[in-house]
Amino acid sequence: MKSVCTIARRELAGYFATPLAYVFIIVYLFLTGIFTFYVGNFFERGEADLVPFFDFHPWLYLFLIPAIAMRLWAEERKSGTIELLLTLPVPLWAAITGKFLAAWGFTAIALALTFPMWITVNYLGQPDNGVILAGYIGSLLMAGAYLAIGSCLSAATRNQVVAFVLTVVVCFLFTVSGAPMVLDAFSGWAPQAIVDTVASFSFLTHFNGIVAGVIEAKDIVFFATLIVAALAANAIVIDMKKAS
Amino acid sequence: MLDEPAPRDARVGAVGDAAAPMIEIVDLVKRFGPFTAVDGVSFAVGRGEVLGFLGPNGAGKSTTMKMAAGFLSPTRGRIAIAGHDVETDAIAAKRALGYLPEGAPAYGDMTPRSFLDFLGRVRGLERAVLARRLAQVVEEIQLAAVLDQPIETLSKGFKRRVGLAGAILHDPPCLILDEPTDGLDPNQKHEVRNLIRRMAPDKAIVVSTHILEEVEAVCSRAVIIDRGRVVADGRPAELVARSPFHNGVRLRLLATVADLGARLADVPGVTRVVTPEAGTPGRDFLVVPAAGASIIEGVAARLRQTGIAIETMAVEHGKLEDVFRDLTTSDAARTGARP
Repeated sequence: MKSVCTIARRELAGYFATPLAYVFIIVYLFLTGIFTFYVGNFFERGEADLVPFFDFHPWLYLFLIPAIAMRLWAEERKSGTIELLLTLPVPLWAAITGKFLAAWGFTAIALALTFPMWITVNYLGQPDNGVILAGYIGSLLMAGAYLAIGSCLSAATRNQVVAFVLTVVVCFLFTVSGAPMVLDAFSGWAPQAIVDTVASFSFLTHFNGIVAGVIEAKDIVFFATLIVAALAANAIVIDMKKAS
Repeated sequence: MLDEPAPRDARVGAVGDAAAPMIEIVDLVKRFGPFTAVDGVSFAVGRGEVLGFLGPNGAGKSTTMKMAAGFLSPTRGRIAIAGHDVETDAIAAKRALGYLPEGAPAYGDMTPRSFLDFLGRVRGLERAVLARRLAQVVEEIQLAAVLDQPIETLSKGFKRRVGLAGAILHDPPCLILDEPTDGLDPNQKHEVRNLIRRMAPDKAIVVSTHILEEVEAVCSRAVIIDRGRVVADGRPAELVARSPFHNGVRLRLLATVADLGARLADVPGVTRVVTPEAGTPGRDFLVVPAAGASIIEGVAARLRQTGIAIETMAVEHGKLEDVFRDLTTSDAARTGARP
């Protein structure tokens, strides 16, 4: 467990050693602002909640999270440090978990820096802060799921751009699997059970449930399972690709 | 059934026994698809031994070392580090090993200080021990000048030394160093060789290198591999003795003699006379003996008889390079080789 922390700490420090962290945080805050106030009509709605803020998170994450995840393993493979990391006396899962937690911690920092949004809405009205907290939890969980997928795909290549594109595509499929454009393609011919199964993989369905203020076990379990499964796949990919 | 020998593992488990090998590789095979990179390599290294691991590029040196360090899994065979099987007892094996991977990779955005600190923490060194070892290693490898500069800004020589520092930081009983002196200038090479010699008495060390003088300078034993197989294993002096020129006679004459070969042809033990590399034809000669023959007296007597004036004359010991070239095939001759 200590080695997980040490690895996570090194990785997190690595983010802030380059301008990447600062650029990411600035872009993230800037975009959440635009989406909330201009696209989401935060003021015109006249309601004291953060729904317009959270509504765009899946789409924002779709491009921003792969940008964080792409370097996780591709960079280690390219520079050869993977050989160093994996010959240290730590189990593979500890290295994977440590790196993942660092990336997740980093997105948590970025997410926490949106607190002026929360202050604004509390200044303007009396929002249900419980619902807002649920939104933040849901957003963080969803970010974790995107990151775990990105971490896994980042291990499949030593090229960060390839890792980025692959992750965007896979995450896009997970995001839209609950949207009408996907479900309509199934609903015409497939039994309802299959349509429901496809829909149940959607990040949107689970995320919207949580943002509405209903923290249900099934949504939490969905994201947690997805994270664990993606990280397990990550270990397999690393094992397979080590030699090349 | 009672006469059956004890299982191998029982012997490997005997840690602390001075005679027990610290690094033991048994019948190691690694295949990448149809390509066999390592094909039945076996050797054992005991405490106090420095084994020079030689071979042309693509011979399987790095692949063997990657498996010994627990990075790659062998297709077949067994590796034990300080008695711990690398596959089944990986963490203990890795704890006992210091490994410098090929190219000495390090995290470029870190400084040597933070990098070594990270390695020490992951390896679970206590704070006080880590601080002491860090100071020792920095002094031994002369890193003080660059300790707080990002590694990516350092010269190749310093990067290599940072990697080496990382490998010996936890003072492991076993060391595997893949080309530790590559990219260093002659002075730095000398320093690293001295360091290896200083560490040698209480460690088992495997060093891969392209530089053959290095083997004669620091290694107590040399293993040459070619196409994934061990083609020679012995003390450097023993290997040198396998040179076709070993115990030959190197001659420099005062005046040009055109037909020296014919004049020495019937001296017992002489097989042929050649012009050595960088020698002047007609004045510089290398008299090649039959294997095991000592010919210097016969050659000297014949030259005296025939009245040929000698400027210098010496017994040739042969070079490891000749043996190496003799035992291994060139890169160009193979296909499908991988780094």
